Amino acid sequence: MSKNIKLDSKIPAGELSQKWTQYRSSVPLVNPANKRNLEIIVVGTGLAGSSAAATLAEMGYKVKAFCFQDSPRRAHSIAAQGGINAAKNYQNDGDSVYRLFYDTIKGGDYRAREANVHRLAEVSTSIIDQCVAQGVPFAREYGGTLSNRSFGGTQVQRTFYAAGQTGQQLLLGAYQALERQVGLGNVKMYSRHEMLDVVVIDGKARGIIARNLITGELERHFGHAVLLCTGGYGNVFYLSTNAMGSNVTAGWKAHKAGALFGNPCFTQIHPTCIPVSGHYQSKLTLMSESLRNDGRIWVPKNKDDNRHPNDIPEEDRDYYLERRYPAFGNLVPRDVASRAAKERCDAGYGVGASKMAVYLDFRYNMINKYGRAEASRLNIENPDEATLLKLGQEVAKEKYGNLFDMYKQITDEDPYEVPMRIYPAVHYTMGGLWVDYELMTNIPGLYALGEANFSDHGANRLGASALMQGLADGYFVIPYTIGSYLSNEIRTKSMPTDCEEFVAAEKKVREQLERLMSINGKQSVESFHRRLGLIMWDKCGMLRSEEGLKQAIAEIRALREEFWRDVRVPGTMNGFNPELEKAGRVADFLELGELMCIDALERNESCGGHFREEYQTEEGEAKRDDDNYMFVSAWEYKEGNEWELHKEALVYENIKIAQRSYK
Amino acid sequence: MSNSNMNLKLKVWRQQNANDSGHFEDYTVQASPDMSFLEMFDVLNEQLITEGKDPVAFDHDCREGICGMCSMVINGRPHGPKGGVTTCQLHMRSFNDGDTIVVEPWRSNAFPVIRDLSVNRSAFDRIIAAGGYVSVNTGNAVDANATLIPKEIADEAFEAATCIGCGACVSACKNASAMLFVGAKVTQLSLLPQGQAEASKRVVAMVNQMDAEGFGACTNTGACSAECPKQIPLTVIATLNREYIKAKLKGY
Repeated sequence: MSKNIKLDSKIPAGELSQKWTQYRSSVPLVNPANKRNLEIIVVGTGLAGSSAAATLAEMGYKVKAFCFQDSPRRAHSIAAQGGINAAKNYQNDGDSVYRLFYDTIKGGDYRAREANVHRLAEVSTSIIDQCVAQGVPFAREYGGTLSNRSFGGTQVQRTFYAAGQTGQQLLLGAYQALERQVGLGNVKMYSRHEMLDVVVIDGKARGIIARNLITGELERHFGHAVLLCTGGYGNVFYLSTNAMGSNVTAGWKAHKAGALFGNPCFTQIHPTCIPVSGHYQSKLTLMSESLRNDGRIWVPKNKDDNRHPNDIPEEDRDYYLERRYPAFGNLVPRDVASRAAKERCDAGYGVGASKMAVYLDFRYNMINKYGRAEASRLNIENPDEATLLKLGQEVAKEKYGNLFDMYKQITDEDPYEVPMRIYPAVHYTMGGLWVDYELMTNIPGLYALGEANFSDHGANRLGASALMQGLADGYFVIPYTIGSYLSNEIRTKSMPTDCEEFVAAEKKVREQLERLMSINGKQSVESFHRRLGLIMWDKCGMLRSEEGLKQAIAEIRALREEFWRDVRVPGTMNGFNPELEKAGRVADFLELGELMCIDALERNESCGGHFREEYQTEEGEAKRDDDNYMFVSAWEYKEGNEWELHKEALVYENIKIAQRSYK
Repeated sequence: MSNSNMNLKLKVWRQQNANDSGHFEDYTVQASPDMSFLEMFDVLNEQLITEGKDPVAFDHDCREGICGMCSMVINGRPHGPKGGVTTCQLHMRSFNDGDTIVVEPWRSNAFPVIRDLSVNRSAFDRIIAAGGYVSVNTGNAVDANATLIPKEIADEAFEAATCIGCGACVSACKNASAMLFVGAKVTQLSLLPQGQAEASKRVVAMVNQMDAEGFGACTNTGACSAECPKQIPLTVIATLNREYIKAKLKGY
């Protein structure tokens, strides 16, 4: 099989800024009458899945959409907080499509494709238009225009937002568009269904096997094309900001069916999350990057300074991001901010009971930035500090109210009064299924959209770009690129699902479920997941080394063997059984974890979120090796958990590559 | 911190499926004040699995109060005693050592029980599918700043749009009415110019579907808003009624 794999990224010829325009004007179309006979399966209903399913149905295709949650509106895109980027330049601050493109490539540490990223920047503006037309209530100025704020790794204000609930509002917009098509009969929705395999017939993706999570029945579904919009795999670390159900299973089954997995080790550790508080902890909660617009990050200059943070004077504080990166300050990209926090805590300057946290402090800007502006607006002469703070708190409430409330719910501390304590946590995975320019995997007819693919963020994603990419893929990319494939499928009739490939795929799924049920061991699924997460966090997390990765691979293999010998899955497979669902997902994480370590071990350089301690500059920054590693790692699965590496060279024709600097 | 220093008695509703009559079962569990309510249930389930018993089925996903999946009636109140939070954001520090806590599912004919504390809320999806949207295909939009929307209007629409569709309003209502849920969506979309073109058609279609699903009528007790984890105001029901009457007068 491997001999046949040729990585063709299908990047259109021509000048960078004209590629997408020319592609759109020349891609084959499918006429409306034929669209009605073509069926598309969409797995996952987050931003990418909902927007794709709705748009394809609007165009006339017959769509079946699947989600494992009880409603498509629950997909984890709902939890995205801070915002969505778009090159609108509404703030007249020098933004442009090129600048968004440039920031994204640089932010990704020169490990993303130019053509994909430029297309992303081009369609970003249409996304905002579309969402506003759907009734998404973005934040606005008094004059009625849209409001913007800054995110990390940029020097312009291009982030659109709806308080700290931007993902919720965007997803509800896409969900409503999807439900509209459900109501019109153009989409058939399958909630509480989990895809457990992809069916490949004559080399093309032709459907899926899904389990009805309520009845436990296995179902066969045919499609002329299958779109995986199934999100990221951060939960391989057990503790992450992902939802409890977020998993890699759909993508992993596709990988085992032949789809290549791109850059699996590229993981984003988000700098501002609420720290771990106990061994029972089930997940970590993000505090949006938007808080770094007004929150200053610091630790005490002196170790074991046990004074209340508000009592520590300015001269005894180390605003280490502002000190190390004066040009970007608190708004450096996530990978840089995370490593800097870890560096301070490892050096013994951390705060809080665990000493594994840093302060995110709003007091300075509440008083000096917002308090003074409000006082001046209200004509208050010579306001004292308490008055300024009170005025500033009102502004902070408007901007970040729900985030401050959430922080207080979880920690029982009030961020209006005391600084937040934060620490990095796993948040997003840049890696994913390898796709070409058309978002198609190397299996014809099988596509991957949104976080499930590897394509746009390189080795580090910039804040507010995940929402942009999910919606770009679903609303504005796949509706065009899928025509390139389906225009050749108009003679393919819907296939009956009793053919041998469907039967064999269902049998394989059933056998795995039966095997999980039959082990009847002593340890819970959760306990295995926790142990895997610890291995991954310690050895394949923020800091990686050859020695640690080799140990991790051995430990994961041993843990996987123990899992298949001693896991206990209660209940039956013929009905609602959340433990069985979790068991299948953890089984896949136990394989993915190994591949992530293999990929991290193979990549003998540091770039973006991938930081190998052997490869760093004297100042402790990531040191790339462009001569040997300027490629996408695309891994092919071989029987028995072996993998073969394929390389897609990255070519930069429009950007001058450089050492990334935010100083 | 992580020490378990609360001993709790739980009375948890167990029900095999929608046709089973269901019953309460008693459990004891140790918790720490910093745990979330769902983490306390994780501990209980680990305990049950170790004892070879069936864990309690409950819905949950994001565990940060936004997906709307978690849904427990705790001591008679949807999402528990704290108010303004979802079950996943309720922490054990809201309880005392030695407490007995009664946990039940949402109870409404329109939300049949799947198992234990897990219910089927697809009726809400069907209400949205009936009309809870703006009919605009992808690609139809004009520039986002072409229509100015006063900040106050945008803020009010946003406030209504923060509904997470959890169904606590239905669970809290003695009539199992879904008026707060429907009112929130109708309010959001009828406030914004983009949603006004089909406001009348929308409100009638959504209310018809709400009735068809078997939700009860509103008798203005206000329990829905009082128990709403997102504190959606009762005024959205007034807006819903106003929009509905306007539509009916226009002959919809």
